[in-house]
Amino acid sequence: MSVNRQILPEVIQRYHEVIELLGPEFLKEMLQDMHTIRAFEERAEQLYSLGKVHGTMHLSIGQEATAVGASNALKDGDYLLNHHRGHGHCLAWGSNPDKMMAEFMGKETGFCRGRGGSMHIADVDANNLGANGIVAGGVPIAVGVGMSIKMRKTDQVCMVIFGDGAANEGAFHESLNMASIWNLPVIYLCENNQYAMSMPVGKAFNIEDISVRAKAYNIPGKTVDGNDPLAVYLAVHEAAERARRGEGPSLIESKTYRYKGHSKSDRQAYRTRDEVNNWMDNRDAINGFAGLLTTAGVISEAEATAMRDTALSIIDRSVEFSEASPAPDVATILEGVYA
Amino acid sequence: MRELTYAEALREALRQSMTQDERVFLIGEDVGVYGGAFGVSAGLLAEFGEQRIIDTPISEAGIAGACVGAALTGMRPVGEIQFMDFITLTMEQLVLQAAKVRFMFGGKASVPMVLRTPGGSGTGAAAQHSESLENWFVHVPGLKVVMPSNPYDAKGLLLAAIDDNNPVIFIEHKLLYKTKGDVPEEMYRIPLSQTAIAREGKHLTVVATSIMVSRALEAAAELAKEGIELEVVDPRTLKPLDDKPIIESVKKTGRAMVVHEAVEMGGFGGEIVARIASSEAFDYLEAPIRRLAGLDIPIPYNRELERATVPQVENIILEARKLVRGEY
Repeated sequence: MSVNRQILPEVIQRYHEVIELLGPEFLKEMLQDMHTIRAFEERAEQLYSLGKVHGTMHLSIGQEATAVGASNALKDGDYLLNHHRGHGHCLAWGSNPDKMMAEFMGKETGFCRGRGGSMHIADVDANNLGANGIVAGGVPIAVGVGMSIKMRKTDQVCMVIFGDGAANEGAFHESLNMASIWNLPVIYLCENNQYAMSMPVGKAFNIEDISVRAKAYNIPGKTVDGNDPLAVYLAVHEAAERARRGEGPSLIESKTYRYKGHSKSDRQAYRTRDEVNNWMDNRDAINGFAGLLTTAGVISEAEATAMRDTALSIIDRSVEFSEASPAPDVATILEGVYA
Repeated sequence: MRELTYAEALREALRQSMTQDERVFLIGEDVGVYGGAFGVSAGLLAEFGEQRIIDTPISEAGIAGACVGAALTGMRPVGEIQFMDFITLTMEQLVLQAAKVRFMFGGKASVPMVLRTPGGSGTGAAAQHSESLENWFVHVPGLKVVMPSNPYDAKGLLLAAIDDNNPVIFIEHKLLYKTKGDVPEEMYRIPLSQTAIAREGKHLTVVATSIMVSRALEAAAELAKEGIELEVVDPRTLKPLDDKPIIESVKKTGRAMVVHEAVEMGGFGGEIVARIASSEAFDYLEAPIRRLAGLDIPIPYNRELERATVPQVENIILEARKLVRGEY
């Protein structure tokens, strides 16, 4: 993939302030995280084809900007609920790649002791309440987390990330309405990657932007470019500040695109190769952000290039750790059902 | 001793629990100013305010989700689903989330929530407000299922359920709400998974749940006049089940029957029969193990039809008599 260096001066101008505000270290870390997520996902796919993992997985290649922009806008102690395509959210949350890879490979040293796998990675100690195998499964749970924050009178917020498909579940309506009437500190982040498995948003919705649904709950709604980590960052940050001020929930739609199929069995008959290539060649999140940061002089070309190598070595180490880790002992199979 | 109704006993458990522990709150449809559809939470709004007695929109999945999320983050929610039938609208959150997150996350999270709901027929509410769906939940690893049969147990089991660190489906019975019994004022707890012997007897073990316990006791009083002594066993917690007292009882009596209101096919009675038949009690059996349960039909509206759908005292008497007399 060639790095897109065509960043328009007005884009730099638009982001000048936020680049100044966030500072080079923070921005570098964001770009590094995007590389790490992509490297994780590519390795996950490779391990699958080598037969080293079983089951299925949902890759988020192409969607890295949403994960990284959103997570970086929150503070330690905030809560995350996310969805089945969740590897990126978890890494962006700062969770340990070794324990993630070990979970993916079904090892005892994984976040969930090999009981959850790709679809259920949670880092409970870091208030990451887990990826969810049920579309919109986490969305009603966010109501309870928001209530709990309010009752405990802390300044935490809860971010729930769900897909475009989840926005058409009944649970979406119940949850947004309850969060709105009770003014809960919840950020609803709809990661619209254009397809609910094979169903395109153009067929599943009779609206252009999912965020317009916020009007029905009298809460702020905003659609942002989900391949632009700063746009996502700014929207989530604003929603978080609002929630912390006690002003209630927000709905953000982050428009992005998944490069890979829904899961391993997807032949992608519902879209064209050209469509995928167009996003990869012209709107790639990593290329775009690298271009912005180099053009703005935040990082050098050499630094930008080195990040990919850093990501690969982080993932190499995670695979080494996981391969050396023990599988769960069958004698422990009954553990963890009841507290 | 002081007498309370089943509903009052539940209310006292809620009140005492909420007074003692700030993490406990009640959430459901019409639980506030209305006092709950069956009056269980009457007066609690005035005492605890709307931050802790929370009226919701008609959003059952939302109620269940709110309980899961609050429980995961340090609270101890008590949800109310107005009729057990409506629990169908919460199934995803209960079965796929509440029951599973702890295991899926490698034992690193817990969901200390209670979901109260009234089951059962007998109120003329017909097919969509009268079901007994407990066995659906008995079939789900990670859930606990409790069915109190009297006011004393209602209070003690609810307090224990709120203390428990797991999701507990707490099934009340509409016809029991107004029944009275001795209930101490103190904050006592009845440990979950502890089967009780409701009445001792030597001829036949009757394992009964919820309202069928009082019907079995009535039947036992009648049969005692003929010299037939029933031993009535009340599991109280259906899952995880304490089956030892059941097995021991059958070893003593040599005969067993199960009575519940839910339909027979796929019901809890099948589990009890299997536990008895595959235990050492098998060698003591002098007769086949029988089940008396709801007909495999929706609950009808007409009073006589409704009554004929689920076991009544006279059905238990007839069945027990035949078993003891060796007519099977």
